[in-house]
Amino acid sequence: MRRYAADVSALARKDLLLELRARDTLPAMLLFVVAALVVFHFALPTGSGRLAGLGLLWVAIVFTALLGLSRSFVAEREQGVLDALVLAPSDRSAIWLGKTVAAFAFLALAEVVALPAFAIFFSGIDGATVAGVALADIGICTVGVFLAAMSVATRARELLLPVLFLPLAIPVVIGGVGASVTGSPARYLGFLALYDALFATICWASFEYVVTE
Amino acid sequence: MLVTAAIALIAFYVPTDADQGLSQKIFYFHVPIALTAYACFGWGAWKALRVLWNRDERADLESYVAIHLGVIFGALTLLTGSIWARASWGVWWAWQSKQLVLFLVLFLFYCAYFMLRYSVEPGPRRANLSAVYAIFGVVLIPVSFLAIRLAEDFIHPTVFTDHGPQMAGSMFFTFCVSWAAMLATAHALYRIELAGKRIDARLRELKELLA
Repeated sequence: MRRYAADVSALARKDLLLELRARDTLPAMLLFVVAALVVFHFALPTGSGRLAGLGLLWVAIVFTALLGLSRSFVAEREQGVLDALVLAPSDRSAIWLGKTVAAFAFLALAEVVALPAFAIFFSGIDGATVAGVALADIGICTVGVFLAAMSVATRARELLLPVLFLPLAIPVVIGGVGASVTGSPARYLGFLALYDALFATICWASFEYVVTE
Repeated sequence: MLVTAAIALIAFYVPTDADQGLSQKIFYFHVPIALTAYACFGWGAWKALRVLWNRDERADLESYVAIHLGVIFGALTLLTGSIWARASWGVWWAWQSKQLVLFLVLFLFYCAYFMLRYSVEPGPRRANLSAVYAIFGVVLIPVSFLAIRLAEDFIHPTVFTDHGPQMAGSMFFTFCVSWAAMLATAHALYRIELAGKRIDARLRELKELLA
């Protein structure tokens, strides 16, 4: 158990360090999400109301996450790191968990900028929305990293990730929008937590089959 | 045989619905087709599980064929549902209908399955990836169903009453025969398709041996 945690944190630290040195994913995510919010301002005619804006916030989150996730295994592929990681004497699911932690950190950092920006540009955000975003991030990252690992094994590479990911993200969007626009967010937050737990378990159990033959 | 019996029952035996008239009869096609599609997806996932657990190479093809059929039945569900919506509500597409929306999500998901499958070279890698994705699918079905239920609260507060429990005996009987007919059709198609694919694979092996 201790070893497993050490493996996961080493892998996550590797990704964060790489990002700190090269800075190629996070700035792109930040710029993208702010630009998307500006686009939404012009996509919403006057009188659309704040609910429409909150709905679009979720579109921005999902697509920003996709942007980051599609890059998440690129370095591994180009340098052939994935084969080495698979050969390393640790549980394969640690690769997935480490990557998920790193992806979650990137997405959370992007949202630390995006949510205040949304509050300034559109309307205020309540605690339920923030809780919804946090729970949705876990779900998006667990499933997204898993599918990103799948898509780098294919010929279509990054192109395939959105196609694989969006149908699975629909429940997340429903839960998130529900948490931010309705008066009783508890059941939507509960649903998001259920989604996270369910898919995290499947991803954890089946990641080995994605990276091995 | 069963299909003919089902069609005959639907056409002549079952009483025409008082409210919706003739168009209600599409119910006996729509719902059994939808349930059959679920059965195909479930069977595909079961075979996918066997690929991962038992390293059963034949199960990969079986899983693929089952999901392929599921997608065909899913497309038919969308089609019949759309016709029914047109006949009873006057629109081709109704977001209020939970089942139809669920099928749209599943249809997108399983189309992605095909993209995934055709984007990987045949071999154990492809079998693994397809199997894992197929298992994601059966988890997605209840999750999406729950999500779409929840979404009704803030998208459409109106709920259409279900036909389920208030069916008369003759209606229920027809429904069951129709469902059995659909399952039998799916089973037959599954067998034919599987045999065809296996012969195909065998032929390719022989050709390679000759070349």
